[in-house]
Amino acid sequence: MKQADTVEPSPDEMLRPAPSGALGASWNLLRRQLQQVLAFASLIVLVAFFGVANPNFLTWSNMSGILLSTAVIGILALGTTFVIITAGIELSLGTGMTLAAVMTGVVLTSWGLPLLVGVVVGILTGALIGFINGFNVAVLKIPPFIATLAMMLIAQGLALVISGTAPIYFTDAPGFTDISLGSLIPGVQLPNAVLILFLLTAIAAVILSKSILGRYSFAIGSNEEAAGLSGINTGKWKIAIYTLSGCFMGIAGVVLAARLNSAQPSLGIGYELQAIAAVVIGGTSLQGGKGSIIGTLIGALIVGTVTNGLRIMSIPQEWQTVVIGLVILAAVYTDILRRRKQT
Amino acid sequence: MHDQLLRLDGISKSFPGVRALSDVHLDLRAGEVLALVGENGAGKSTLMKVLAGIHQQDTGTIHIDGQPVDIDGPKTAQSLGISIIHQEFSLMPDLTIAENIYIGREPHTGFGMLVDDRRLNRRAADLFERLGIDLDPRTKVGDLLVAQQQVVEIAKALSFDARVLIMDEPTAALTESETENLFRLIRDLRDQGTGVIYISHRLAELKEISDRITVLRDGEYIDTLQTGEADLRHVISLMVGRQISGEAGPTRSTSPEQPTVLEVSGLKRGSRIKDVSFDLKQGEILGFAGLMGAGRTEVARVICGADRADRGHILLRGRPVKIKTPTDAARLRIGYLSEDRKRLGLMLDQDVNFNILASSLSDYVNPFGLIRDKPGRLTSERYVESLKIKTPSIRQQTKALSGGNQQKVIIAKWLAKNCDILIFDEPTRGIDVGAKEEIYELLNLLADEGKSIIMISSELPEVLRMAHRIVVMCEGRVTGVLDGAEADQEMVMDYATRSGSHGGIATS
Repeated sequence: MKQADTVEPSPDEMLRPAPSGALGASWNLLRRQLQQVLAFASLIVLVAFFGVANPNFLTWSNMSGILLSTAVIGILALGTTFVIITAGIELSLGTGMTLAAVMTGVVLTSWGLPLLVGVVVGILTGALIGFINGFNVAVLKIPPFIATLAMMLIAQGLALVISGTAPIYFTDAPGFTDISLGSLIPGVQLPNAVLILFLLTAIAAVILSKSILGRYSFAIGSNEEAAGLSGINTGKWKIAIYTLSGCFMGIAGVVLAARLNSAQPSLGIGYELQAIAAVVIGGTSLQGGKGSIIGTLIGALIVGTVTNGLRIMSIPQEWQTVVIGLVILAAVYTDILRRRKQT
Repeated sequence: MHDQLLRLDGISKSFPGVRALSDVHLDLRAGEVLALVGENGAGKSTLMKVLAGIHQQDTGTIHIDGQPVDIDGPKTAQSLGISIIHQEFSLMPDLTIAENIYIGREPHTGFGMLVDDRRLNRRAADLFERLGIDLDPRTKVGDLLVAQQQVVEIAKALSFDARVLIMDEPTAALTESETENLFRLIRDLRDQGTGVIYISHRLAELKEISDRITVLRDGEYIDTLQTGEADLRHVISLMVGRQISGEAGPTRSTSPEQPTVLEVSGLKRGSRIKDVSFDLKQGEILGFAGLMGAGRTEVARVICGADRADRGHILLRGRPVKIKTPTDAARLRIGYLSEDRKRLGLMLDQDVNFNILASSLSDYVNPFGLIRDKPGRLTSERYVESLKIKTPSIRQQTKALSGGNQQKVIIAKWLAKNCDILIFDEPTRGIDVGAKEEIYELLNLLADEGKSIIMISSELPEVLRMAHRIVVMCEGRVTGVLDGAEADQEMVMDYATRSGSHGGIATS
């Protein structure tokens, strides 16, 4: 209500009359989750729209194709949700992911080590990048935008140097592509990459809502100074949060490499922006302190659906990017409208 | 100089569901300072917004110089000579003083495309000369002290040829000497015929600056008094609608014979803390008095780990401790309650439950590292009940709570962490007169339960009333430790102004 800004409320009115009881609680819950509800509704509308526009859209193979192409961005987005909730940003997601993929490639093809070692090295590469980002932000106090922008360039360069600017193919590493393209559930044509996305979504959701790290992400994003004075070691937790995001980055690198059966050192730039877009569309606030994992998954699916739907309608790639941009504007604007109503 | 400059009659204003003003009267003479007082929610701000053209009254009339006027917007208010200085400044730190004052009205040159800086600065310099302000208009506002920014705000308001100047809590961020300078400026303006409406919570300063006091309560006009004849306690009772007992009432008895829990000796940090030693006993309320800038808050920040000391020893429950970070302090069960609750105390977007558990979250973790919500919720609910936090539920965002209830949420946070040493910095600043009483009761209750409390306060009557002992500081040193039952305002002020004395601890 506008009046809340303009009237000096008396002490009793300061308690904004919120509906009480079970009905009130569910209403409050709905209001808090409005952005996710809206995002989910938009996803349904989008699917319905593309389904009507093109009958091929709603086929199982196309749907699983959407999910497969969403997997990488989705995994990146899950990790960076934590960072964005702290009011941070993570721009090295795309190239960091590429560096992780290249490291996996080096370990598996050049050194010929077992599959598991390659996967672990890929994830650790991501974790290390995240750790360094966290250290730069928390200890050296470099603003997250700058710290991760620099890391974006460093990771891009290193990926090219280590790979000798040429793609690394995993033809000598049998079974590697199964990580993404195999199908663990018998009888269902659902690629493993999608299963990994869903599994990681569940894990991330539990971490965000149930763990100390998740709770402190919100605390830091809401008011870092107050969180620190409450006895929360904000520096330590920020490093942990960026490292967690880095782990997801590493997993995304492995999944991408397995899907393409190659590590493409020149690929990767632009993924970070799509991932951040997914997070924002899912209702996580760039100002920090607010966000959800389920929202991020829906956001990633929206990005994937729009891209796929427009492609299937033969709309050129250039225009797809324009549409994604418009979707972000719309998502952020609904959030602003919602906030305005609240205060 | 008793010409009536401004007259409000029968002003009423409703917002959906709220009657903010009903039938309010006010008159302001040229060349006087009229204090406007009332609790939060009494309607002061709404009334001033009507005058500034931000709101329009539903009924009632406004006269300026005896002529009825219709203030239909901020521009109209400006052209009628009404200027308002808000509590939060609207200056842009990266622009110069002159640019700030004349923003939107810069003198132009080069076919109106360029700003004529020379004329701009000269105009500001002329204005400053007229007002007797000694500032270089080319200075960036961001480089100014808060008090100087305040002066710039006033100059800006007067640059519109204001005849009615409205000031909302102008001294909230000023030191004593800065306040003195501000008052001098206000008196000059008054003597030149400006009518000043002065809103403040600090009743003591009204005595000094105002000519008359108008009291509002619950959106209604209560009374207007001649300041010279008014008794402050009478003013308070008019504001709250009941008698307030003991605002300057009986002090508490001497400190109980309890063990010492905290002993600080030889503390030094930079130029703000030169040499500070004191001790705190269990179940004691230890007041910290002194002028602004005496170093009290700095001492608190060192003890709670927000800043590090250059030198000094802290003995906690008989053991030497090093407190390097707030995390250390919290682990040692020392809780700090800042005067700036919104910035340093609360996560405003998060709910009551989140804030109460913010420090003690690790107590609610199961072996898998996941938080058990239910016991945490029960803890929050227990504190909401025992501290009488007024909130519809523990799911309420803390930004929707009143100042007093926000303070209680922070108290609950430290109690949930099992803190037994609580450091309150200005515990009642910005809190309503009525809610203050509740905080006082709570402090006494906590002390009775054995918590040890350091209470930093600039309100002497508050310290005298609450504290068992009073540590008085001046310029980074402890100049005296007084017995709460024997101390009075004169004694405290005497010690608070003993600069240069080399702080041997005067024990009580």
